[in-house]
Amino acid sequence: MKADFMKKLKSNKTLRSNLITFGMVILAYVIMEILMAAGLLSNLLKGMLVPLCVYAILAVSLNLTVGILGELSLGHAGFMCVGAFSSAFFSKCMQEAIPIAGVRFILAILIGALCAGVFGILIGIPVLRLKGDYLAIVTLAFGEIIKNLVNILYIGIDENGFHFSTKSSLDLNLSENGKIIIQGAQGITGTPNDSNFTVGILLLLITLIIVLNLIHSRDGRAIMAIRDNTIAAESVGINITKYKLMAFSISAALAGVAGVLYAHNLSTLTALPKNFGYNMSIMILVFVVLGGIGNIRGSVIAAVVLTLLPELLRGLNDYRMLIYAIVLIVMMLFNWAPVCIGWREKIKYKMKSRKTVKNSGKEA
Amino acid sequence: MALLEVRNLGISFGGLRAVDDFSVNIEKGCLYGLIGPNGAGKTTVFNLLTGVYKPSEGIISLDGKDITGKKTIEINKAGIARTFQNIRLFKELTVAENVKVGLHNHLKYNTLEGILRLPGYRTVEKQMQEQAMELLKVFDLDDEADILAANLPYGKQRKLEIARALATKPKLLLLDEPAAGMNPNETQELMETIHFVRENFDMTILLIEHDMRLVSGICEELTVLNFGRMLCQGKTADVLNNPEVIKAYLGE
Repeated sequence: MKADFMKKLKSNKTLRSNLITFGMVILAYVIMEILMAAGLLSNLLKGMLVPLCVYAILAVSLNLTVGILGELSLGHAGFMCVGAFSSAFFSKCMQEAIPIAGVRFILAILIGALCAGVFGILIGIPVLRLKGDYLAIVTLAFGEIIKNLVNILYIGIDENGFHFSTKSSLDLNLSENGKIIIQGAQGITGTPNDSNFTVGILLLLITLIIVLNLIHSRDGRAIMAIRDNTIAAESVGINITKYKLMAFSISAALAGVAGVLYAHNLSTLTALPKNFGYNMSIMILVFVVLGGIGNIRGSVIAAVVLTLLPELLRGLNDYRMLIYAIVLIVMMLFNWAPVCIGWREKIKYKMKSRKTVKNSGKEA
Repeated sequence: MALLEVRNLGISFGGLRAVDDFSVNIEKGCLYGLIGPNGAGKTTVFNLLTGVYKPSEGIISLDGKDITGKKTIEINKAGIARTFQNIRLFKELTVAENVKVGLHNHLKYNTLEGILRLPGYRTVEKQMQEQAMELLKVFDLDDEADILAANLPYGKQRKLEIARALATKPKLLLLDEPAAGMNPNETQELMETIHFVRENFDMTILLIEHDMRLVSGICEELTVLNFGRMLCQGKTADVLNNPEVIKAYLGE
């Protein structure tokens, strides 16, 4: 049984690559947990563990749109926003009704993913007719619209049910014992703090499983066929609209999951340009591009490195953004410059030939 | 009844009459050639037959079913598959995966089965792998099954395109200049492959070609297009000796 598995592992490249990715995440988790138990982690780093998972999930989900579907989307933070607010809204309403944190959080995740996925479909239907730069601009606009809509939204609840307004909390006309849930630009306060590092890692693993399994399945092949050549894909009977929408909405739903994790890590959730604006969308795109377009493992690594870097360099004060920028450029060159690619191939080739020489020596 | 019946097909782009009054009957099992000088409208006819363009007038019927104006996907499902003049492979997928995309509508499991790796995924993927390898073996591509399509040499890319088209299990195969850019040896090999496909897959083939050696070597019947109109139609030998055709190709 074990030998069988090892044989399969050797012959099956994708299985091996997937297991390396999962192993990496689990290893990082174990190391962090040990450091935490030993008390070696500063409070700053401890506070960054959940955001790290959030960014990694976002990068993986955006890579599904950018790398696998091959469409540039700049509105990913908008889907995260939908996931965050819908789930925080649910958790706050149900805080008393469902006292068990675990059950409530699982439901919140499903609701966040569902809402973001539905938004993905609604936005995807008109938007995916566009290509390239035009698609990027329109997704950017939709992302901003979502953020701004959330900023003017007031929702309250009393014994008569829900009250909505887009003007102010007074316009809600709540009765005396009603409570405001979403308060416009002040957002949602008092969301239960249900997410922690372990949950974050679990969600990241689930995201990786979904995305990697999707890529290496019949649907994934259809999506990549559309990316590589739309006309040819159509000529062999692939339904272009269906698969584009599928990739886009799954990507949006996973961004929603990241939003759920993010929302339940904060006591006050507000839709600021910093967390749900286009700055955020661009940052996720930077993770994807630097990690390698279409390279899922690379997205996770890039998200972690680029999130930790500015914090680790905090001691250098003014120089830290400079170093950050230099690291960005160096990583970009290392990944994509033809000279560097050739150089990497050479090293790989050398390693391989050394291995074969060793093996043939053994056989002789 | 003929497998493909086209009656009075026509299309205009603005003021340009790209194809005018095109009619053809292709019998089952026939190897049919469509020739003509550059810009005669040959590829436009292919695009009309496969639903890339909608004809302004005319009727296309395949195996007795009207497929005029249908979408490309529906036409492929009805049984027409094609290759392209400028090769259109899925370059970042492996050779085997390219063929598996062709099998997409014949071997199915749903998205959930794929993501959760349920038993349905395993059995169908196994079938897919077997059928893909079978097809690749026919085209002598089975050794390259796991390399990226972009890394195949030119002649093999052409073959892979034919294999991918055949994976959709068509009744009629359209080949758009299959010998373009090939040397005489490769062309010879391609002729054998086309013959082989017809015999073994029981296929009807319509091809566009400039290489007269290939055309006279394998096509049984020909239609000659010039400026979007049919110049001549009939048995290969008769057509190639027709003075009108010689004039269109070589000038006065």
